Amino acid sequence: MNDPKKLKRLRPSNPMKTIKRLFSYFRFNKILFFLGVLFVIISSASQILTNAMLSPIIDSLVKLKMDVFIRYLIIMGVLVVAIAVFQYYGSLFMAKLAQRTIHKIREDMFAHMEKLPISFFDTRSHGELMSTFTNDVDMLNMTLEQSVSQVIISIISVVGTFAVMLFLSPLLTLVVALMLLVMFGAIRYVGKRSANSFRNQQAALADMNGYIEEMMSGQKVVKVFNYEDRAIKTFLTKNEELRKASTRASTYGVMLLPVMGNLSFVLYALVSMLGAFLVIANRMTIGNIASFLQYTRTVSRPITEVSNQLNTLFAALAGAERIFNILDEEVEVDEGDVRLVQDEDGKSYWKVPMENGEYQMVPLRGHITFKDVNFGYTKGKTVLKNINLYAKPGQKIAFVGSTGAGKTTITNLINRFYEIDEGEILYDGIDIRRINKFDLRSTMSIVLQDVHLFEGTVADNIRYGRLDATDEEVVEAAKLANAHYFITNLPDGYNTMLTADGQNLSQGERQLLSIARAAVANPTILILDEATSSIDTRTEKLIAEGMDKLMEGRTTFVIAHRLSTVRDANAIMVLENGQIIERGDHQDLMNQRGRYYALNMGQIELE
Amino acid sequence: MRRLLSYMKKYTVYAILCPLLMILEVVADVVEPYLMSRIVDIGIANRDIGYILRTGSLMVVVALLGMTFGIISAHTGARAGYGFAAEVRKAAFEKIQSFSFTNLDQFTVSSLITRITNDCNILGQVAMMSLRLAIRAPFLMLMALIMSFTINASLARVFMVAIPLTALSIIMIIKKAGPLFRKLQSRVDRVNAVIQENLTGIRVVKSFNRQKFEEEKFKERNDNLRDTALRAVSTVIFLFPILNLVIYSTIMAVLWFGGKQLMVGNMGSGELISFITYITQVLISLMLISMFFMQLLRGIASGGRILEVLNTESEIKSPINAVEEIEDGSITFENVSFIYPGSREKVLKDINFHVDSGETLGIIGSTGSSKTSLVQLIPRLYDVTEGAVIVGGRDVRDYDLVALRDQVAFVLQKNTLFSGTLRENMKWGNENATDEEIIEALKKAQAWEFVSKYEDGLDHWVEQGGSNFSGGQKQRLCIARALVKSPKIIILDDSTSAVDVATDAKIQKAFKEELREVTKIIIAQRISSIQNADRIIVMHEGRIESIGDHDTLMNTSPIYREIYESQQKGVINQ
Repeated sequence: MNDPKKLKRLRPSNPMKTIKRLFSYFRFNKILFFLGVLFVIISSASQILTNAMLSPIIDSLVKLKMDVFIRYLIIMGVLVVAIAVFQYYGSLFMAKLAQRTIHKIREDMFAHMEKLPISFFDTRSHGELMSTFTNDVDMLNMTLEQSVSQVIISIISVVGTFAVMLFLSPLLTLVVALMLLVMFGAIRYVGKRSANSFRNQQAALADMNGYIEEMMSGQKVVKVFNYEDRAIKTFLTKNEELRKASTRASTYGVMLLPVMGNLSFVLYALVSMLGAFLVIANRMTIGNIASFLQYTRTVSRPITEVSNQLNTLFAALAGAERIFNILDEEVEVDEGDVRLVQDEDGKSYWKVPMENGEYQMVPLRGHITFKDVNFGYTKGKTVLKNINLYAKPGQKIAFVGSTGAGKTTITNLINRFYEIDEGEILYDGIDIRRINKFDLRSTMSIVLQDVHLFEGTVADNIRYGRLDATDEEVVEAAKLANAHYFITNLPDGYNTMLTADGQNLSQGERQLLSIARAAVANPTILILDEATSSIDTRTEKLIAEGMDKLMEGRTTFVIAHRLSTVRDANAIMVLENGQIIERGDHQDLMNQRGRYYALNMGQIELE
Repeated sequence: MRRLLSYMKKYTVYAILCPLLMILEVVADVVEPYLMSRIVDIGIANRDIGYILRTGSLMVVVALLGMTFGIISAHTGARAGYGFAAEVRKAAFEKIQSFSFTNLDQFTVSSLITRITNDCNILGQVAMMSLRLAIRAPFLMLMALIMSFTINASLARVFMVAIPLTALSIIMIIKKAGPLFRKLQSRVDRVNAVIQENLTGIRVVKSFNRQKFEEEKFKERNDNLRDTALRAVSTVIFLFPILNLVIYSTIMAVLWFGGKQLMVGNMGSGELISFITYITQVLISLMLISMFFMQLLRGIASGGRILEVLNTESEIKSPINAVEEIEDGSITFENVSFIYPGSREKVLKDINFHVDSGETLGIIGSTGSSKTSLVQLIPRLYDVTEGAVIVGGRDVRDYDLVALRDQVAFVLQKNTLFSGTLRENMKWGNENATDEEIIEALKKAQAWEFVSKYEDGLDHWVEQGGSNFSGGQKQRLCIARALVKSPKIIILDDSTSAVDVATDAKIQKAFKEELREVTKIIIAQRISSIQNADRIIVMHEGRIESIGDHDTLMNTSPIYREIYESQQKGVINQ
């Protein structure tokens, strides 16, 4: 379960490139960015100047100059108000900038995802993709909100403070600089160990989480096999690993604070001593020392803060990289120039552009032909070989064969979820690669083995097939699929809210809804992929009539494990290892005494 | 809560050391400004270089000591905090292992995962933070206040205004922000829900051309998220400016009043300077205390969720004086009724039947007729509500649970394999199974024909959930795993639905010929899977509609006939 790829997650491979790209997102909110940065700079500068005020104020007190004292106090007052106001607005603008930027990134990610080809989704784990959409975006959000301001403030603080310190006393500044070098060394030392131990902690965490997820999901199997003690044993090892890794990571992580804090006290001591000597030697005033001391306290703090945040900063950048990788993925290509149009009577035609600039109008009928089609998901591994078949409009073509023979793959090709490698597929005589994907799919409905429903009412889900379907049409479709009865028995009938993926319905009910959804779309071509596998044979028979009505006049491709579903097909294709080994209607195939016959006979043999 | 804290026991030493060392570090922090003020007020005033050097060196020593205490405190805090988390996690995991099916149904898998992972982590972090901040911040505040009062009591009265002002602002901000952040969380969930739906249902989205529709749905939720986030963040943003305002105003007040005292000689300039440092320490500590409280609330929420798990007791336990040996594989159901805990409707009503040892029992019926519920009562995955289940002549409740489940093999409807080698997966049935025994089981389950083709044979890797096997292969592997147990009773819950008819027949043949002594219970959708059973039960709405063998049922059971005909349509015309 310990994926080395997951360990790399924390280190961005090209941080500068990612940072530049993030900055390019700021261009949508130029004013916010400009004002935000400006205000943050002003408030930091004010803070530095306020500390600078201490020096003349204390000196004026020592020299008993009341009027000077009051003047400087007033200046300080103004600066204090400025700090508060500019700090508030600065953070507000930066926060707005962060939120708007993340909003845009999320929007872009989603819109892009909708355009990506099916192959993208099939080759990646959903957990990983979900993690990029959620965790990585969240981390980026936090970083943008806090770290950008933090970095600006830190830079201003350090630079500004150094400037004033130099003005007050070059000698003391030298001492401070030397001490800071020592502190940098400490940061690097602790920082390296911290990053290493942080990585180990993340690995141990991923390992533990993976194990727990597996065990909890399979907890019932654990019970059935009395595996409890063995599960606990494995768990304890991982638990101990996690404990040790977390302790180490946390120690190094937390250590930086007392180390830096106390080193800055050492600095404080050195400055006090040296400053005292300078005052005695009349090279500096007590007020200057006061300011200087205040500065030494403030110069190390930003450095500590930023180094603390470095780990999270890197992790956020790595996440941003993953986000941009998705945004850079190639979208589904659609070069189809053949469009679907309707005439005044509502009849549909394919508008095929010809070489001479005119159009040929081909009526939409639902005639499908496969000619010498070869296809493989990956190069070199052919899944379908030499597929030749045809379906006349309104016919029912069935595919049977063992698992993995290629049945679902054929349906992936008809609606161009994947493109064929060789050969051609013709739709009403037109090469489907010429047909616009949107229009192509609008003439087809699919009912898949894995039912996917969406959050919303039952009616919403059925209407997914055709958004402008009227309520009557929705009910009609439900009746066709025999779903109407159970829907009306639900608490709110058609307005019952479905939870995610319709989990508050039984498997069979979900499938009936999925069939109703396909029905309401009124498709020319219907694809049923194991559409009734979760429905028991009695209920299946009950909806068989509805299915027949659904299939009337439509070209239907049916994939089924259950032979009873395909018995009345116009043609049955028997697939084995990606090739059609037998074809014919039920009677023909039974007479052939081939594979189909054998599959059927498996049922009868036991009599 | 006390129950949770008891898990800290192992790490008590560290739990005490951490705050103690923290206190020492704080003392060092507080002493520094004081020493500095002495350098200014005594050293400079008297031009006493020796004094300056001595005090300065003392400051360095104190700083280095403070650093040491800080580092050790960090370590002890981490050990205590994460040690605590590890102990709680262990207790939760062990507790879940003892859970019955009912308990597991009650909690749902995803919430259990969240509790053991997220909530335990939060608990550990909060524990660690408590040990550090809970002592440090208040103590620092206290010490700094004491030092301030020692230096100049009348001046220190500014705190009487500053502290309540700061506290009030913080409380008001947190109160307003709290509900906004909770709302934010639900908005985040809404956005993620759409993303999740589109990730898994992308085929449906594309085939129905619903991209624009989904994009609009997403846009609305994304916009809501942005607006709520801004509102939440806007409230919190007030915190630091207000804090700064109070701190600097206090400093100015101190400069004014302290300045006056300085001018008449009642206060040294060194004292004034150190006073200013203490102001910052006091007010920032106050802010840290409030942040700590927010974290504590999070910790208490997580702790509560973990306690829910720890306080749950499984209602299915081995009895005292449990019987270890099961005589034979005979099964009798006597007037059994069953309601799922928490439910109101009986899913099983008046179940009565008997199966002799070694017989094959088929169970068939429409979806939702409670077939699974019935067989789950045999290995006591659930207990009967009324009546009794008798196995080997005894009520199942008299047997030791481990012994019972070792002898009753159950192949669940959902076929779960685990990441590991094939051998490891098969050994779930029996830790000490030899390779020969495993291969025997694989053969009977008709799984050896594909396993034998693997180069690495039994060392072949199984991905999480068995995703590198087809549906039919997974089912056969799960059957083999159950067979490794060498049980007296084996229950197959729709375990051959993805296996083609021919292979199913071979499995049945193997069972009939090589598992003669084993009582076989088979739940199936296909008549062909159970046609040759010694006895078949037809279930309908929680009751037994009929019992008999195939021929008897064809004559007496309309439901059985209907199922048979729907599956045989057309073949009979041969």
